[in-house]
Amino acid sequence: MPKLRFGKGGQPLTDSNLLLVITVSIFAAMYIISMIAFGGGFLNPQQFLNLFNENASLIVLACGLSIVMVTAGIDISVGGVTALVTVCCAVHLQGQGGNVPASLILALAIGVAFGLIQGLLVAYLDVQPFIITLAGMFLARGAATMVEVNPITVTHAGFAALRKIEIRIPGIGYYAKNGNFINSKIELGVIIALIVLIAVFAMFKWTRFGRNLYAIGGNSQSALMLGINIKRTKFFAYLLCGGLAGLGGFIYLLHTGSGAVTQATGTEMKAIAASIIGGFLLSGGVGNILGTLFGVISLVTINNIVVSMGLKGPWWQGITTGAMLCFFIVLQSIIMSRRNGGKAVRPIWMRKSREIGS
Amino acid sequence: MKETVLEMRNISKEFPGVKALQNVSFTLREGEIHALMGENGAGKSTLIKVLTGVYSMDSGQICLSGKPIKIKSPQDAQAFGISTVYQEVTLCPNLTVAENMFIGRGKYSFVKWAEMNRKAKMLLDNLGIPAKPAQQLASCSLGVQQMVAIARAVDMDCKALILDEPTSSLDEQEVVKLFSLMRDLRSRGVGIVFVTHFLEQVYEVCDKITVLRSGEFVGEYSVEELPRLDLIAKMMGKELSSLSEISEAASMVHESESDFVYEAKNLSGSNGTKPFDFSIRRGEVNGFTGLLGSGRSESVRTIFGADKALSGDIRVGGKPARIAKPFDAMKARIGYLPEDRKRDGIIADLSVRDNIIMALQVMRGAFRPFSKQEAEDFATEYIELLGIKTASADAPVGSLSGGNQQKVILARWLLTHPDYLILDEPTRGIDIGTKVEIQKLVLRLASEGMAITFISSEIEEMLRVCSRMIVMRDRNVVGELTGSELTQDKIMRTIAGGAANAQA
Repeated sequence: MPKLRFGKGGQPLTDSNLLLVITVSIFAAMYIISMIAFGGGFLNPQQFLNLFNENASLIVLACGLSIVMVTAGIDISVGGVTALVTVCCAVHLQGQGGNVPASLILALAIGVAFGLIQGLLVAYLDVQPFIITLAGMFLARGAATMVEVNPITVTHAGFAALRKIEIRIPGIGYYAKNGNFINSKIELGVIIALIVLIAVFAMFKWTRFGRNLYAIGGNSQSALMLGINIKRTKFFAYLLCGGLAGLGGFIYLLHTGSGAVTQATGTEMKAIAASIIGGFLLSGGVGNILGTLFGVISLVTINNIVVSMGLKGPWWQGITTGAMLCFFIVLQSIIMSRRNGGKAVRPIWMRKSREIGS
Repeated sequence: MKETVLEMRNISKEFPGVKALQNVSFTLREGEIHALMGENGAGKSTLIKVLTGVYSMDSGQICLSGKPIKIKSPQDAQAFGISTVYQEVTLCPNLTVAENMFIGRGKYSFVKWAEMNRKAKMLLDNLGIPAKPAQQLASCSLGVQQMVAIARAVDMDCKALILDEPTSSLDEQEVVKLFSLMRDLRSRGVGIVFVTHFLEQVYEVCDKITVLRSGEFVGEYSVEELPRLDLIAKMMGKELSSLSEISEAASMVHESESDFVYEAKNLSGSNGTKPFDFSIRRGEVNGFTGLLGSGRSESVRTIFGADKALSGDIRVGGKPARIAKPFDAMKARIGYLPEDRKRDGIIADLSVRDNIIMALQVMRGAFRPFSKQEAEDFATEYIELLGIKTASADAPVGSLSGGNQQKVILARWLLTHPDYLILDEPTRGIDIGTKVEIQKLVLRLASEGMAITFISSEIEEMLRVCSRMIVMRDRNVVGELTGSELTQDKIMRTIAGGAANAQA
């Protein structure tokens, strides 16, 4: 997928790569302009790395969503699953005999369980994915409340040690006020998130399963005719998305150190937004997972920009996120519809009434 | 004697209320192109779907190279070496050409792009298909996409290749290329089943013809022993005299001096139609003709208000009128049967009855629904009048054959008793019998005073029904022909020549 074919043999980019290029260019432009306009924090490499530190779990969740979205599906239960995972893992770690490996397994098990049931229902019973994962979302939040109403801070020694792990990057950093050079750091969660990202990237590009996901999103009826087992493929897409939601929940706990029902509120929507900004079309079949990464950090960067502009009210974040999502979608559809014969979701006002001549 | 690749014996298939196939047999030998012919509803599609595992058969036997096989799914069919290329390309537009040729095949877990692209390139070059392996499929023309589908089938060692109306959406050049590909495959020993509505194409490439009628097997013939007229007679099950009747009827439609039903001056549309004047009288049948993309459909869509008009003075029945949207046109008693019946015409999941009363209901207003009885009466009347073949008025329109769907839309507009009816490609993709019926109906309606615009890609057909032809080129009206000027030759020359030429 990501092989940019600019001019190579006169081959135009595929839709997925075109959208990736757009996303990356816009992010780069946005960041460079901010560096010039606001300076300060934007020039500090640590602030750039914090985009990852703060959002490692969102990256993992968005990877999961990209997997189902490329099949033209959706999973809005991931935020709820994240919350459930933080609560369950926190309760486990604070309880008698709690240990870190077991909590990780617990997190994955919860995620996989949700993915399993949702996947079965969507793939084999043709249930609308939006509805069933909406149910999953309520169920997960409800279950989290049932397990523990009050927020729990994890004090487990092993877990605390794990949280402290951070990787200092040699040569990159900034001078603190007292003149000491401080190397920039990234957290353990970021490493996990990047491994997930690379794994998903490889899966999308080089595995049969990954390509099948794209085929189903492109045209599921055709995919069936081409001999792809669409039910099984869809099932595994949801299963993977669930598993990644579990892992994302664990990373969330690793970052915040506390489990609570209210954790990760609205995260599913952020993950969907990140995937869309990254170039995954809701209609499926198009998108590059690297775009999702840039989608996540674009979402956060825009918020940083808003703060730098002095708009400190919390509502500004919502407004800018909304505006940005809107901007991206319109831009994407304009560009896609301009492509000759491209399978595009055109906005209604751009749709030619006759696409084929008489 | 060539070896038999595929044999279907005594296949029967029943749908609720319809016997789609009764004891149908079909034999395909290696290295032959075998046309499967029949009117709409004859059972061609059903037979193909049984063969490809989309439908299961009620009884019968399918043998591949003499061995009986059971086909339960499209995948099964593929595994047996039976590949199908449909009219609507069943590939994934978002993937590359090479991927579309190899995805879902064989046993592998990882994609080897370099190897796949290399193999695809060899195959594409070998078959002379103008596509690059790494190209996204959506960027290829429809014809090339179809050839890619064929290349895929060929590479899968298919023994039997089924082409289901592959030429319907191709232009002439693409058809020529497709045919040379088909002949190439035939020489390599592939058996090809070719389903089409175009008789000329059958005689151009096919060796054998199997005819079905109303779900029954009529016979298998070699092309030489079955001239066109006999083929049509076999398909329709009667001696064909309708064609000659038609031309007599056409000459009966005289130049009417009656009132203008619709007049437009300087009409132009947002769809690219350049300003043109147009008028039509009661009882007149006219046509818009021109090459593909010349703006025939765009013009009538502008008249009907389906596409926005940019300029123009419109008079309906002599009085000035404004037609900004289809509803305005309907109120002005204009009906429009769209070119693309699947997209603009039928609502596939609604019943035949609901589809028929739809336009009239809209004109009456949503808050005054017809009673069940009224709706039923309307539906029954028109199902009978037009001879729509349906299990019942309750059956969803999507379950009907193409020609019958077309009749349902026709019924919808006839029910509104329009003064002016626009028919855009009413006979496309439907069989010859229904075609003739529709042509006759058009002439009858005109003789009752209705003004009709008739558009078709087949010039002969238009010559039979139209008394005036408006010729278009590049979205411009370049000529208007009447009376003795109405010959194929003259039309061609008008399309090709300059505007001045056309006036002469």
